[in-house]
Amino acid sequence: MTTPIEDFRFGPFVASVVWLLFWVLIIVTVIVLPLIFVILFYVPLPLVNGEVLTPYLFLSMMIDPTRTLPILNFLIYTEFFRVAVFPGFMYAALIAAATIFIERKFLARMQLRVGPSHAGREALGTGFEGLFQLVADGLKLVSKEIIIPAGADKPIFWAAPIAFVAAAAAVVCLIPVAPGWVVSNIDVGLIVAFAIFGFFPLIEVLFSWASNSKYPFIGGLRALHQLIAFEIPFILSALSVVILSGSLNLTEITYAQSSYWFILFLPISAFVFFMSSLAELERIPFDLPEAESEIVAGWLTETSGMIYGLIQLGTYVKLYALAALFVVLFLGGWMGPQIFPDQLGPPGEKPPLLQLLTLDGLYHGPTANAIFWFTAKTFLMIHLMLLIRGINPRIRIDILLHTGWYKLIVLSFINMFIALALIYGGVLGPGGLLTPN
Amino acid sequence: MSDQEERISETTRLGLEIVKEAEEDRLMTLSVGPQHPGSGHFRFTVKVDGDYIVDCDPDPGYVHRGEEKMCEYRNFIQNIPHLERPVIHDSSNITYSYSLAVEELVKIDVPRRAQFIRAIASELNRQVYTLYWLAIYGIFLGHSTMFMWPTGDRELIIDLLEALTGARVTHAYNIPGGVRNDIPYGFKDRCLRQVSYFEGRLKEYEDIFYNNPLLRQRTEGVAVLTKEDAIKLGVTGSVLRASGVPYDIRKAEPYDIYDEIDFNVQYMKTCDSFARAYVPLLDMRESCHIIRQLLDKMPESGEVRAKLQPNPKGPPGEAYRRVESGRGALGYYIVSDGTPRPYRVKISVGSFRNLLALPHLLVGSKLGDMPSVYWSLNYWPVEADR
Repeated sequence: MTTPIEDFRFGPFVASVVWLLFWVLIIVTVIVLPLIFVILFYVPLPLVNGEVLTPYLFLSMMIDPTRTLPILNFLIYTEFFRVAVFPGFMYAALIAAATIFIERKFLARMQLRVGPSHAGREALGTGFEGLFQLVADGLKLVSKEIIIPAGADKPIFWAAPIAFVAAAAAVVCLIPVAPGWVVSNIDVGLIVAFAIFGFFPLIEVLFSWASNSKYPFIGGLRALHQLIAFEIPFILSALSVVILSGSLNLTEITYAQSSYWFILFLPISAFVFFMSSLAELERIPFDLPEAESEIVAGWLTETSGMIYGLIQLGTYVKLYALAALFVVLFLGGWMGPQIFPDQLGPPGEKPPLLQLLTLDGLYHGPTANAIFWFTAKTFLMIHLMLLIRGINPRIRIDILLHTGWYKLIVLSFINMFIALALIYGGVLGPGGLLTPN
Repeated sequence: MSDQEERISETTRLGLEIVKEAEEDRLMTLSVGPQHPGSGHFRFTVKVDGDYIVDCDPDPGYVHRGEEKMCEYRNFIQNIPHLERPVIHDSSNITYSYSLAVEELVKIDVPRRAQFIRAIASELNRQVYTLYWLAIYGIFLGHSTMFMWPTGDRELIIDLLEALTGARVTHAYNIPGGVRNDIPYGFKDRCLRQVSYFEGRLKEYEDIFYNNPLLRQRTEGVAVLTKEDAIKLGVTGSVLRASGVPYDIRKAEPYDIYDEIDFNVQYMKTCDSFARAYVPLLDMRESCHIIRQLLDKMPESGEVRAKLQPNPKGPPGEAYRRVESGRGALGYYIVSDGTPRPYRVKISVGSFRNLLALPHLLVGSKLGDMPSVYWSLNYWPVEADR
C-alpha cells in the first residue's frame, strides 16, 4: 500500500519547510497568542510561587520551565479544559476524525480497494497516505455555497444542524473517561443521556419539514418512526444494567464493574443495545432516513456546504458517544489491567526542562491507564459498528419497525428478568456471591 | 331530466369531487429520475400513499439516439460500431444478432472456428454485463461491498476481452462473416484460469450477498410476477426465467454452435424479486460451463472471417434473428432492398419488454422496494431507448 514519493528534490523541500515555519509563526503571533491572552483574562488566575499569575507572567513560562508545570496543572483542572479539550469536545472530535479515517481505510480493504491515498502523503511520508483526506473534505465543505431551497423555513433550517451537533456533544459531556474525568458527573446521567437522544428525531423532523421538499419529508418521517421504535429497547436494555449496578450515575456504573463486566451477565442486553445504537446512528443496515437509492439522501437532501459538514460531524460525535456509552455500560468503562507505571522514572531531583518534557508532576499512572483502556475499548466498539456496514444491505421500514417494536423489546425483557434473578438469587448485588467486598 | 334530478346529480358530482380531492391529498407524487440516484437515464413518477405505491408511470426516452434511423444511412459493416452503443457493456451480444441477420440477408457462411470465438466473446460479455448489473443492484440495496466486488472482478474479464478484441468495452468484434481477428496467443489458458477464479468468486458473492438474511427478508415474496402474467406481459430473459418459464433463446432457437453445447436453462419458480436477482448469478455460473466447453471443442486452427465483397449486399428480402443477451431476447429485423444499405432496421430489445412489467410490479409494493424491484427487472435504459 505504500507509495514512494516521486520526484523528491531537496531544494523545494527546504523551501516548503521554511514556508511552513513562516505560516506557523504568523498564525501563532496573530491568532494563538492573542487567544491565549483572552482566555487567561477570563480564567480566574491562581497564585503561583506566591504571586498572582498575570498574562505577562505567563509569557515568562516560555523561558523558565519550573513555572510552566504549576500553570499547566492549574489549566488542566479548569472547567474550560474539561468542556473544550479532554473528556469533552476535542477528544470526541479527534476520535471522530480517527474513526472516519479508519472507516475509509477499513472498508476499502474489505472491498478490495485502496481507499483515500493522496491527501497527506507528501506531508508525512509514506504509510500515512490519505490521513489528511478529512481535512481536504472539510476545507471543500467550508468553501462550498450553502443553498437554501425556496420556501424553506430559514431559522429552523439554520438552527437544526447546530442543534444536531450540540445534542451530540451534550451526550459526550456525560461520559466518564477516567476516574474523576467527566464533564458533568450527575446522579441521573443515564436518564439524561436518553433524554438527549430523544431530541434527535425532533431535530430531524423539524429540519426535513423546514426543507420544504418531498424527499427530506419522507426521510424525516422515516427517521421519526425508526428512532422512536428503537428508543424503547434502547432504554430497556440499559435498564438491566441499572438493576445490576443499582445506580444511574455513569461513574458508579463503571465502578460497579470493577470485578466483572456486565456483558458477562447481560449479553442479550448488550446485543440489543448495540443494534439500537446502530439504528440510532442511522448506519447501514438501518440507514433508511438517508436511503440514497430510494429517497435521494433522505432528510439530508437539501443540505449543502457546511450544513452538511456539521451534520456529519454530529453523526460521528454521536457514534463516539454511543460506542463510549456501550463501553461504560457493558465493557467496564475504563477498567483494565495496569500497564502504565505509577510514576515516570525514579522519583527525585531532575533538571526542570527534563521534568517538563517527561511531564513529571502532571503524570498520574492510574489515569493514564484508564484513558488508554477506555480509548482502546471505544475504538473496538466503533470498529464493530463499522464492520456491519461492509456486509449488510439496507432493510425495509416495516421489517425495521417489526424488529424494533417486537423482537428487541422481548429480548431486552428476557435479559432484564435474568438480571433480576441474579440479584434476588443472591449472585450479584449487595452481599451476593460474586460481589467484591 | 327534471330540475330536481339535475340538482341531485350535480350535488353527487360535487360530493364525489370532494371525496376525490381528499383522496388525492393523501397521495404524494414523487418524480424518480432522471437525476435520481435510483433511476439512471430514465424517469418514472410514482404516487405513494404513505409507504405504498399506488400508481407508477414510466417515462423512458431520455437517451433516444435514433439508432434504427442511423442504420439506414450506413452500409451493413459501417453499422457495427454505432449499434453497440446502446449497451456498451454487452456489446458482443448486441452485434451478434445483427451479424446473424445480415449473414442471412447477404447469404454468408461463417467459418466454424469463428462461430466458437463469437460465442466465447458473447459469453464473456454476458458476464461483464451481469457483473455491472449486479454491482448496481448491490448499491441500490445499500450493500457497498457488493458494488465494489463485481466492479473489481469485471475488470479482469474486461482485460481478457481487451486481449481478445483490442478494446475494453466497445469491442466491435462480431461482424457479418465472423469475427474481426483471431484469438491471441495463450488466450485459451488465460481464459480457463479466469473462469476458474470467477467461479470461486461467485460462491463468495452468494455468501456475502445472496445468503444475507437481511437481503432475503426484503426481497423474498416481494413483487411477485406470476408465470401467467410474465407470459402475458411478454417479459424475456432472466425476468421470464425467474417467473418459472425455462425459456432461453440459446436452447429454444439455437444459433451458431449453441446446439452442440450441453447446458441447462437456469430458472426459478418463486417468481419474486429475489428470484429475479438470483437467476443472473445462475446464468453467470452456467456461462462459465459454456465457456469451458467452447474452449474445449474449438477447432485449433482455421478461418475466422468469411471473405466478403467491399460493400456486401444481398437480394431484396428480410431477416429476423435473435440471440439471448444479458437482458433477454435481443432481435434484429432487417429489410433489404438490394442496396448495400439496409432499408429498415428494427431492434427488438429485452429491456423494453421488461419495462412493461414495472408498473405491474410497483403498484402495491412499498417505496423502500422501489429500487430493488426496478433494477431486478434487468432493465437498461439506454438500450430501451435505442
